[in-house]
Amino acid sequence: MTATTALVNAAATDTGTGEAVVFWLLGPLAVIASAGMLLVKKAVHSALLLAMTMLCLAMMYLAQDAPFLGVVQIVVYTGAVMMLFLFVLMLVGVDSADSLVETLRGQRVAALLAALGFAGLLIFGIGDVTTVNRGLDTANQGGNVPGLADLIFSRYVIAFEATSALLITAALGAMMLAHRERTAEKVTQRDRSVARFRRPHPSPLPGPGVYARHNAVDTPALLPDGTPSEVSVSRVLTARGDVRPPSAGALELRDSETGDVP
Amino acid sequence: MTATVWASPLVKGFGADPWWLVLGKALFIFVFLVVMTLFTIWWERRVVARMQNRIGPNRVGPAGLLQSLADGIKLALKEDIIPKAADKVVFVLAPIISTIPAFMAFAVVPLGPRVSIAGHPTNLQVTDLPVAVLYILAVASVGIYGIVLAGWSSGSTYPLLGGLRSTAQLISYEVAMGLSFVGVFLYAGSMSTSQIVAGQANLWYCLLLAPSFVIYTISMVGETNRAPFDLPEAEGELVGGFHTEYSSLKFALFFLAEYVNMVTVSALATTLFLGGWRAPWPISLWSGANHDWWPMLWFLVKLMLFIFVFIWLRGTLPRLRYDQFMRFGWKVLIPVALGWLLLVATARALNNEYSVNRRDILIWGGGAVLVVLLLSFVWDAVASRRAANDADDAEAEFDPMAGGHPVPPLPGQNVPALVGGMTTDHVHDPSRTEDDQ
Repeated sequence: MTATTALVNAAATDTGTGEAVVFWLLGPLAVIASAGMLLVKKAVHSALLLAMTMLCLAMMYLAQDAPFLGVVQIVVYTGAVMMLFLFVLMLVGVDSADSLVETLRGQRVAALLAALGFAGLLIFGIGDVTTVNRGLDTANQGGNVPGLADLIFSRYVIAFEATSALLITAALGAMMLAHRERTAEKVTQRDRSVARFRRPHPSPLPGPGVYARHNAVDTPALLPDGTPSEVSVSRVLTARGDVRPPSAGALELRDSETGDVP
Repeated sequence: MTATVWASPLVKGFGADPWWLVLGKALFIFVFLVVMTLFTIWWERRVVARMQNRIGPNRVGPAGLLQSLADGIKLALKEDIIPKAADKVVFVLAPIISTIPAFMAFAVVPLGPRVSIAGHPTNLQVTDLPVAVLYILAVASVGIYGIVLAGWSSGSTYPLLGGLRSTAQLISYEVAMGLSFVGVFLYAGSMSTSQIVAGQANLWYCLLLAPSFVIYTISMVGETNRAPFDLPEAEGELVGGFHTEYSSLKFALFFLAEYVNMVTVSALATTLFLGGWRAPWPISLWSGANHDWWPMLWFLVKLMLFIFVFIWLRGTLPRLRYDQFMRFGWKVLIPVALGWLLLVATARALNNEYSVNRRDILIWGGGAVLVVLLLSFVWDAVASRRAANDADDAEAEFDPMAGGHPVPPLPGQNVPALVGGMTTDHVHDPSRTEDDQ
């Protein structure tokens, strides 16, 4: 009995060379990345450094004979969660100039308390694991993946299901918040095309005339018979009186060639 | 069978290679993928050309085989431009992030059975993990970062839109892809690629799990950004998508990553559904078909078959509209995959727990499905008749002050003529489209 315990302990404390190399490579990298995450100015860079920290952690899990955990860490956190996070950051464009005014009263104090509580939880949790040393072989008895599956679907099944229910509730809540009641029938591609052929001109309106001398959104295009087409210029420009005649550019050219004053 | 596989974090038969053998295998994979890329580009151009009644590249090398090499060299010699608005570090990093995972994923693909190399018996596979298929998913999800970051760091609108599209696309299709794997895991009893190939000794999973195979084949096209799902680089809408601002070698890296990914997902499809390196039926009658180096040939043939499908799709189908594409992924592929998974898991549980054999499951399960379908048809017919009756007398009443504040009408509600002549037509007039000026 004692012999096996000693063996298990020896196996647990013994770190292979490869594992040590991986740790000393990835450890500093993870620390630098997580420190950088707090220090860099751009939000996207910060998110990237966080992703890098997660990748480093995943590598360490892999090196410590927890392949499932390592791979799932990448798939779930780096692949899905961080990606969505990045998505939002890129779309919304958060930057360091954001206001630091407290909008909810007492939020900072509450956040500090929550952080302290969480830290305490982590320290006691991890402290428990390191003092009660069960050894990797016992944990991996019957295999890494089936071992985890056994725990998740038997001992921790209620916590697991509760978490999933929480996540589904959150997703449904987000859908409810983002949902908008349609006030009119949805216009389909078919409706649009029918409507297009009902109006006087099925094709798009003619574009404005673009001439060699200037960029002419404000100059009407010329029809085949030489008359300017009014519909080719935006109605706004017409209303403002900003439309130039098509001959505006041509006059200068005639000037330089003949010297005539038109 | 499975207990021995799981007992160690290493899969049986792996982890005993000398270092030079591992290095040699890794080098081989790298060279293989690069050569495959060059070859696939040439092949794609030739096949598409043939489909369009052209000849395709035929000048550089025999039958134009060296064309992609020449193009690659030309690309490398082009001017490398970094836009002023770009985020330099991320801009340079993005193509690298997209290329390296593409190569890494191939490490767990079994190319052949156990052979002897310089006196060392070894598997024709760089390594294997108990979670090898998940590893491929994980590595692929890191590769997406390359595309997203390229889009964002270019400091330009079209690349950003292309990058975001690709994120949404890859995340959505990865779900369907992951679900299609689960059936294979349930039948193979393992997530390691070598065990999955071993599990297909009698029957390939593309027959046993045909719906999974179809779902995987569709989602693998979405996952590699290939036509008809090449929305992130839809040149009609987004110029070049995420790589609009890229030039020279950085662009070449994206190109390389795309083709390597194509090869990898094809290899994965071969491994999971087409029996990996196992010989196809008439050849498998020959006793030496699944030994020594021959299986590598079968593997290559199957791989090329998938790559041909990619090219064929590109030559045949027009690009999907983005919303249709997303709807297809979320409302068709994922529910179908989930439903099928439910059936597979049930059949598997019946087989394992109560040792009901496959034929009984098929007969009873098929009968049950037929009955449910029949009932649903009857239900639909009754419901539609009732709805037709109801529609006559029920004209939805519109209360403009429902809930105590003014509200707009819902679809199907009639708006009484308001003061000022406002009608429902005015609310959304389909004839007022964007090209009206």
